Amino acid sequence: METAAIQLKNLTKTFGSVVANDKVSLEIRHGEILALLGENGSGKTTLMNMLSGIYYPDGGEIFVNGKEVIIDSPSDAFDLGIGMIHQHFKLVDVLTAAENMVLGLKEKGRLNTRAIGEKMRAICEQYGFKIDPDKKIYDMSVSEKQTVEIVKMLYRGADILILDEPTAVLTPQETEKLFAVLRNMRADGKAVVIITHKLNEVMELSDRVSVLRKGVHVGDLITAETNPQELTNMMVGHAVTLNIERTKCENPVKRLEIRNLSCVNDDGVSVLDNINFDAFGGEVLGVAGISGCGQKELLEGIAGLQKVSGSIIFYPADGSEPQNINGKSPMEIIKRGISLSFVPEDRLGMGLIGNMDLADNMMLRSYNKGKLPFVDRKSPAELAEKVVDELEVVTPGINVPVRNLSGGNVQKILVGREIASEPTVLMSAYAVRGLDINTSYTIYNLMNEQKNRGAAVIYVGEDLDVLVELCDRILVLCGGKVSGIVDGRNTTKEEVGLLMTSLGGKEGK
Amino acid sequence: MTYENVKKEPLIRVAKRPELSSKKAILVRLLSVVAALILGGLLVLALGHNPIAVYGDIIKGSLLTPTALKSTVKIAVPLLGAALAIAPAFKMKFWNCGAEGQITVGAIVATYFALFHVDDMPPVLLFTTAFIGAALAGGLWGLIPAFFKARWGTNETLFTLMLNYIAIGFVKYLRIGPWMDKGQMFPKIPMFDKAARLPEVFGVHIGWIIVLALVFSIYIYMTRTKHGYEIAVVGESVSTARYSGMNVAKVIMRTMFLSGAIAGIVGWMMVCGTNYTLSDTTANGYGFTAIVVAWLSKLNPFTMVIISAFLAVLQKGSNTIQTNFGIPASASDVLTGLILLCMLGSEFFINYRFVFRKKTVGGDD
Amino acid sequence: MDTFLNFIVASVLAATPLLFGTLGEILTEKSGHLNLGVEGMMFMGGVAGLAGTYYYEKAVGEPNALIAAVIGVVCAFLCAMLGALIYSFLTITLRANQNVTGLALTTFGTGFGNFFGEIMGTAAGGYVSVGTVIKAVFDEGIPVLQDIPIIGKLLFSYNFLVYIAVAMAIVLAYFLNKTRTGLNLRAVGESPATADAAGIPVTAYKYLATCIGGGICGLGGLYIVMNSANGTGGVWVHNSISGYGWLAVAIVIFATWSPVKALICSLVIGSLSVLPYYYQIPFIHSAIYEIFPYLATVAVLIMIIFRKKKNNLPPASLGLAYFREER
Repeated sequence: METAAIQLKNLTKTFGSVVANDKVSLEIRHGEILALLGENGSGKTTLMNMLSGIYYPDGGEIFVNGKEVIIDSPSDAFDLGIGMIHQHFKLVDVLTAAENMVLGLKEKGRLNTRAIGEKMRAICEQYGFKIDPDKKIYDMSVSEKQTVEIVKMLYRGADILILDEPTAVLTPQETEKLFAVLRNMRADGKAVVIITHKLNEVMELSDRVSVLRKGVHVGDLITAETNPQELTNMMVGHAVTLNIERTKCENPVKRLEIRNLSCVNDDGVSVLDNINFDAFGGEVLGVAGISGCGQKELLEGIAGLQKVSGSIIFYPADGSEPQNINGKSPMEIIKRGISLSFVPEDRLGMGLIGNMDLADNMMLRSYNKGKLPFVDRKSPAELAEKVVDELEVVTPGINVPVRNLSGGNVQKILVGREIASEPTVLMSAYAVRGLDINTSYTIYNLMNEQKNRGAAVIYVGEDLDVLVELCDRILVLCGGKVSGIVDGRNTTKEEVGLLMTSLGGKEGK
Repeated sequence: MTYENVKKEPLIRVAKRPELSSKKAILVRLLSVVAALILGGLLVLALGHNPIAVYGDIIKGSLLTPTALKSTVKIAVPLLGAALAIAPAFKMKFWNCGAEGQITVGAIVATYFALFHVDDMPPVLLFTTAFIGAALAGGLWGLIPAFFKARWGTNETLFTLMLNYIAIGFVKYLRIGPWMDKGQMFPKIPMFDKAARLPEVFGVHIGWIIVLALVFSIYIYMTRTKHGYEIAVVGESVSTARYSGMNVAKVIMRTMFLSGAIAGIVGWMMVCGTNYTLSDTTANGYGFTAIVVAWLSKLNPFTMVIISAFLAVLQKGSNTIQTNFGIPASASDVLTGLILLCMLGSEFFINYRFVFRKKTVGGDD
Repeated sequence: MDTFLNFIVASVLAATPLLFGTLGEILTEKSGHLNLGVEGMMFMGGVAGLAGTYYYEKAVGEPNALIAAVIGVVCAFLCAMLGALIYSFLTITLRANQNVTGLALTTFGTGFGNFFGEIMGTAAGGYVSVGTVIKAVFDEGIPVLQDIPIIGKLLFSYNFLVYIAVAMAIVLAYFLNKTRTGLNLRAVGESPATADAAGIPVTAYKYLATCIGGGICGLGGLYIVMNSANGTGGVWVHNSISGYGWLAVAIVIFATWSPVKALICSLVIGSLSVLPYYYQIPFIHSAIYEIFPYLATVAVLIMIIFRKKKNNLPPASLGLAYFREER
């Protein structure tokens, strides 16, 4: 058998207490397209980042063409012919495509953009790209930028190409073109790896599939010999019983009515497309979906932080007149007495201020109360004491900056603050990301407490096991659309997984 | 490439250090000042003078006689005032380098009242009107870059810098043009009438009382009020500010108006209390030195009192050593510069430390 | 006609020190560092250039023009570079705030210049002044060629620093746009993280650009001190350089970070500064001319917001410290 282009043996990488990759061994071969499949957080990107010199493995070996190597920096990876196209392109905007090709290259001689352009054109012709070497990056569409990244890797002599979710930003037509190019590369004997969680793409493009689940390599399959259902099952794994408590929904009351919600982001891409759903007090509504399918925009749109079209009708708990809160700023929402709490994904970048102490963070949402120009620091301090006490936050005191706390304690502070106001609607995004098991359970319990209190809880999550055990209903987003709303008690994670990848299911309850 | 020869040796790496105790932090800063003074002392030594005698003279010439003390206070007051003006803007991470211009604009308006309304207003009304006018003018001058920053994100450092010279250029125009003192050979703006000069308390114009009051007010404003809290949050994270319901553009503009207004007041006291006239150099670089004062004080008003007093001592004392030792008074700028640079450098050792590394470390996924 | 010719010549002479400052600051800013210490570095360069030539003259008695020129340039360049090195060390290695450090450097450099200028003056018994030979080096045009009617005066009547400045603008433009090193430098200023990932030694680039940029600013100081078009040549005048540094910072923006445009912009600004001596413009007060460069700069700052193109923008990472682990 031919030597593998890259062979990984027992690669391990940990971040703090989180094991991102646990003894992963796999092979990448020349003349083949390998799909690296897994859910969010399954460790795909981390694994490939170790090949491209971004991360350094904690254990295990990497062999390139049969020889053991050390990859300590991106330039080490270049030297070995490994090129990775990240989701965030590493291009300098104000330079042209040609200029980006040669950045940092240790070639001699003067800068001959025409020669670079010629070489680029040759590469483009060989694989069927189209790119204007003299075009500035800032004038390019996302797909053009991606092409530049790929050409850059080839220009630098890469013969092992790794693409991190390359189709996430592309239209179907652009995706087709990209696939054609990748097939040409395969024909040319290059090794291609695409990181993805889209099953249809795996089926359409790859020769082989390696599946990762929670940092562990669970198996390799020949694409021709498998089917989406088998892949989904491998990807999500056997149902694990988490024993998360789920109380019955007692007489649910409508609290939020979302109609025709759409959102176009700054790049002009439609990220939310005609979303309709209701959220009821006394239930946990889960939101599932591959990351970047509109979850962020959905929650921020409701919170008044993101411009969206459509209507967001809020039904106050005191039975007063329902009102449309779309187009209202967060301050107006607060002033109208709408009790809406939000635990955002970016805890220290949006929910809290890392450099401020616990007490000061407690008043972020309430500092403006009262008529006096002075802030009241007493009640936030009391609240901080209470949250520290009740949620068992480990901290030297309430006067330390939040950034000095561990991730779990930071989240307890954030969630503690948001539920302190006894909200009518509580939204949370990835509330347990990066937390240890115990803290995660604390968070689940808090969500349940709020539900039992009568709040409408919206829980955006990524762990399907948790979603199917915690939530009463699960709304599944796929590419900015609702691909289904299922009953949490009667669904399986396979069903949700399929809806997430848009392979099955119809809209409905 | 094999395992052995690529194995990287431990490198010196810079890492954030855990919080240094405030005592230690103060010690590091004091040491940096001492280092700067030693450097300055070496310079004096190289010129053939005794450093201890020279430093002694600086102290004597700036603090030990009532007249000297008064002139030192007169230098410290506007410097402190300008640093207080800058503090709220810097807390918001809005790099207001325009205090110089805001002072000047305030001074222009104050001069207008002092020159042209001295006869038709009683002194108290004149001072108050000039004071309010100067504050408004400085505030509006500060509002311009804030508006563009809040709306379109223009670079406020460069914008505020340019506005300085527009204000100063306008003074030149007034000096050579409409406000020129006709009776003089050299084109200058006339001296203010006695009635338009600020009264003195303990031998120094009343500006010092205002500035001291400002020290407390700014401290309260920044630490105890809703506005102060908003400023701090916007400075730390705009998205958190939005999340918590703040109107970020409004906070930026309001704060810069305040910052400019305080600088305008400094301009008012410069012309009505110190110079009794307006000139191109009315702001006298205070707007720039104040930036460094504010920064090194970590934006704490009380620390600013100490640092501005210290710099004023150097500046006043240098005049003495020029007379007594023949050392040029510019020595104060050299020393001030050295101290500022050393203190800036010392911040590093408060926030970071050198560590040795064995392996590449990654961030979070 | 004669007035016009004299006006042009005076404009070029007035523009040259600004051009040096602008070019030095462009190079600095292209690495992502906003050094507001231009004026300080000009002071340092000016006093060192004067000191170098003055003591050279004192040592040999009859100075050689060429050697004097070289000594002046080298001293000015190195001394200003020393100022820039302090700035680089503080902002690059010690990560101090760039604005504040630049301002502190201005205070230091201004003091440094005046202090040593006056020390030399005191030692010389009043004021320091170089002899006629050295004065001529920094004032005289190109022999023979400058005697050609009109063209000679227009093109060849300037001192050597003028030609160095113009050549430097062209070389800098070529360097930034046409060489690999220049390309890498621009990448560093735009996105240090990307440059770092591409294997460019970011720290080395930043140090070199700020230090060499500082040295170039120093030549502007040398010019102001040694050339007699802006006052008295070859003597130290207290605060003689004040204002030039800030004007240079303004022209960098006005020229939208392009060395070739800097050539034109500094000429425009230079000509405005001498215009009142040659022509009476009705209605516009001469003091208003002085505001013009700053007004124009503000206009540029506002205009670049509304441009769709990302050309002509300040380097994206300008003013931000780069710390690899904070990516």
